[in-house]
Amino acid sequence: MTVTAVRKDPQSRTMRLEAEFGASPERVWQLWADPRQLERWWGPPTYPATVDAHDLRPGGRVEYHMTGPEGDQPRGFWEVDEVQPPHRLVFRDGFANEDGTPNTELPMTTARVTIEEMGGGKTRMSIESEFPTVEAMEQLAAMGMEEGLTQAVGQIDPILAEAPAEAGGGRR
Amino acid sequence: MVVSMQIALDHDRIFGALADATRRDIVRRAIDGQEGVAELAAHYPMSFAAVQKHVAILERAGLVSKHRSRRRKIVRTNLAALHVARRLLDRYEELWRERVERMDQLISEPPKEAHA
Repeated sequence: MTVTAVRKDPQSRTMRLEAEFGASPERVWQLWADPRQLERWWGPPTYPATVDAHDLRPGGRVEYHMTGPEGDQPRGFWEVDEVQPPHRLVFRDGFANEDGTPNTELPMTTARVTIEEMGGGKTRMSIESEFPTVEAMEQLAAMGMEEGLTQAVGQIDPILAEAPAEAGGGRR
Repeated sequence: MVVSMQIALDHDRIFGALADATRRDIVRRAIDGQEGVAELAAHYPMSFAAVQKHVAILERAGLVSKHRSRRRKIVRTNLAALHVARRLLDRYEELWRERVERMDQLISEPPKEAHA
């Protein structure tokens, strides 16, 4: 089991996940610090990511786009707040428009990454994802921040059971 | 898109209702479903009318409902409605689990000189 703990708190709008890797903190840090490695795990197989800019310093930006099965290319960026290799990374993850400029109508989520050595050749990484406001959560949930999110919310949630639902859930 | 808008409206009510600390506390207390508005009001430094207003907002959002118990009405949390907030966090959990899975695969690969 790689993921060892998950804590979700709707009231503080956070999701925190802990994972263990059989590697050094430096190796785990490389997953974030090397853009070629980052793009191999950031996007799902159906939406592989390409990192276009990668300035991992406080105040720096990381820019990426993902390429969907139909050639659609959603874009996003990070605004980097804290960098302490190989232990800590804090950034805000936002959506970008087609021309790469930030989409200011959509909220940013904050990610706090902590990497620590556990001994025995193991490293623990924790990721805390925080939504800025409840309105942001509502907005992201409603807009379908990625393929399937709107569908997932619509399908499973009992309170939406009576809402008129559309099969297939086309995008946009 | 119509579906998005419908979901947005439902979410708007629910998250709007949960945006207030007193209302979140009422939701938490009413999970037990033991108290009426008067008993709930005793927990807060505000008037009965103010608490009643909060309960009404929660009721409209479908987060709580009133049930008759013996001679009085008790306020009870509708847990299904709370799940909307949890659902989005669940989606994030899934997103990050998948990423960690890919990270793990990447780490397991034999090391090679990467040229950026």
